[in-house]
Amino acid sequence: MTKIVVAMSGGVDSSVAAALLKREGYEVIGMMLRLWSEPGKEDSNRCCTPDSMAMARRVAAKLDIPFYAVDAKEIFRNTVVEYFLQGYARGETPNPCLVCNRHIRWEFLFDHALAMGADFMATGHYVRLRREGAKTQLLKGVDATKDQSYVLHVLTQDKLARALFPVGEYAKSEIRALAEQMGLAAARRPDSQDLCFLAGEDYRNFLQRNAPQVNRPGKIVARDGRVLGEHNGLANYTIGQRKGLNLASSIPLYVLEKRAAENVLVVGPAEALGTQELLAVNVNWTSGEAPTGTFRAMVKSRYTARETPGLVTPLDNGNRVSVRFDVPQRDITPGQAAVFYDGDLVLGGGLIVSSR
Amino acid sequence: MIYLDYAATTPLDSRVFDAMLPYFTETFGNPSSTHRYGQKAEAAVETARETIAGILNCRPDEVIFTSCGSESDNLALRGVALAQRKQHGLRRILTARTEHHAVSKTAERLQAEDGFQVEWLAVDEFGRVLPEAVEQALSPDTALVSVMYSNNEVGTVNPIPAIAEVCRRRGVLLHTDAVQAAAYLPVDVQALGVDLLSLGAHKFYGPKGIGALYVRKGTPLQSLLTGGKQEFGLRAGTHNVPLIVGLAEALRLADLEREERTARLKPLRDHIIGAVLEHIPNARLTGHPIERVPNHASFVFKDVDGNLLVNLLDAAGFACSSGSACKTGNPEPSEVLLSLGFPREWALGSLRVTLGLGTTPEDVEAFLSALPGLVQKARDLSGVK
Repeated sequence: MTKIVVAMSGGVDSSVAAALLKREGYEVIGMMLRLWSEPGKEDSNRCCTPDSMAMARRVAAKLDIPFYAVDAKEIFRNTVVEYFLQGYARGETPNPCLVCNRHIRWEFLFDHALAMGADFMATGHYVRLRREGAKTQLLKGVDATKDQSYVLHVLTQDKLARALFPVGEYAKSEIRALAEQMGLAAARRPDSQDLCFLAGEDYRNFLQRNAPQVNRPGKIVARDGRVLGEHNGLANYTIGQRKGLNLASSIPLYVLEKRAAENVLVVGPAEALGTQELLAVNVNWTSGEAPTGTFRAMVKSRYTARETPGLVTPLDNGNRVSVRFDVPQRDITPGQAAVFYDGDLVLGGGLIVSSR
Repeated sequence: MIYLDYAATTPLDSRVFDAMLPYFTETFGNPSSTHRYGQKAEAAVETARETIAGILNCRPDEVIFTSCGSESDNLALRGVALAQRKQHGLRRILTARTEHHAVSKTAERLQAEDGFQVEWLAVDEFGRVLPEAVEQALSPDTALVSVMYSNNEVGTVNPIPAIAEVCRRRGVLLHTDAVQAAAYLPVDVQALGVDLLSLGAHKFYGPKGIGALYVRKGTPLQSLLTGGKQEFGLRAGTHNVPLIVGLAEALRLADLEREERTARLKPLRDHIIGAVLEHIPNARLTGHPIERVPNHASFVFKDVDGNLLVNLLDAAGFACSSGSACKTGNPEPSEVLLSLGFPREWALGSLRVTLGLGTTPEDVEAFLSALPGLVQKARDLSGVK
């Protein structure tokens, strides 16, 4: 019988994912990652509090499937949290969920699932798969408001071949209704927000405690080098930000650039905001093959950003790309990913390192 | 699934189940009642007490029924410590880090909140408390010594008669936690020489939720529960008649079939130990190679996450346990293994395999053919870290 490991979180999506697979008659195993929390804050980690693990365990019992907790504290601290801190040290706005999906969920947990004898690993993400011959395509979830393909662009063919995303075919409201109907206690749990290891706090407090050196006060300057004021740490600002600069100016000023090496924040008027080209690295092509030439695509440069059209040019055999948007974008942010789409199809994506 | 975790708990013996059944519905009375319903229930409780006393080689009124082995341990430590302080001003408790938490955590609490002083006895590399260690640690203000009969994690059997000899000579009370041992070792309290001994029924095919404490006549003991005068005023609360009957019947069968059970399981257990040490690299037996309960094999594997190994075994159809097992994926090395001197990278990779009445030679063979591959898988996965 086909054996499927479901990565559970105690939330409604992964609970229903497990229930749907069980209903289809597969042999289902629930697994849950025990992620890292700051010492003393274990109870507030949103992904793996004792409470959410107890919930996942209840769901597994209700579905009559085995449930195993997997200790990922050390690797999570060493990869995801480290990346988060390093990103801010470089003046970026890092997206640790991308790193978690790539290295923790789809390498570490995936390897554990295979060791358990699983044929597939399923998660509660809102994306879909289409299998075409030996290839597997990654598509957006049916529910456009919940689509999570942005964070899963990191999946490679060998992962996609063994992946299942049962909830991606449904709208979130349908998933909640299914959970109610199946009597899953997770049905009414609120959707998770923010980064799990921030324990519900502002990321700045976390940085202050864990890497005070990356967030020191420095100068705020204009493009021409004029010093306009003091900032209280680059990590406290994002590109395009207007509020909270505390500058006396006759016109509204926006964050244009964060120069980590000099610890300088560059600001300017709205007209100066916006860049039309970005460079992204560590590019993953979900098809397993990099395109050879420039192509047009819809590009999403932040989880919450709208897709905008542009020209994508693969460089270095596709390991890097440059993207030229049709019109300038106001908030292209190093540390976030640029993900390329053809309609619902995820072509690939990479980490933004610069824009101009 | 193949169950190899009999030290965690055992299934109820069908003969025990049959003996208990009438006391749930037909003979349901409260033994404290004066009418005939009560008298019948009381007779069942007292018959059970006599059966147990016969096996322990003590007087029936030296047997106190409790709700479980942990309660027996709590009553022994706290009850004796409080009474000894009140009657004789004694404030020191001697016990070991290798004890079950029911003993060690109770001792810690007595120290933290009740002003007692706990002295942790030295153990050897097998987890044994030797009589010399007790002799050295004894002092005039020692209220109680508590040393387990056999260890739940590593299976080692302590030299209780020799320790008792030391305690008796110095006039100090000795408690032993026999919860794990009673399934396979004789529990004659005169031969052991102990003043208190804890039992829990579910470790020897009896029901969960029932235990007993042997208390030698004249031992200072203060009750922990206040209420009715049940159990000679030492343990208030309405008697759980069917479970008490079940405890007595399970202990009677364990005593009756002790040699037969041992003779069948010990060779299987020895086969496991031999095969594991021979076929799995970087594996070590934990606990004493000879002085151990006959159904118990325990190991550590270097650079293995014991929690993960147990999960892999479960997925492959074998139920075992690990000293670092944690349902929430937050493993810590067992205090027992650390106190035996194992470094962290060994202590985290512990595995306990305990056999029982349902274990067949085929089960053991299936387990032995699966284990080496799973240990390797667990090692490969830890390598990812």
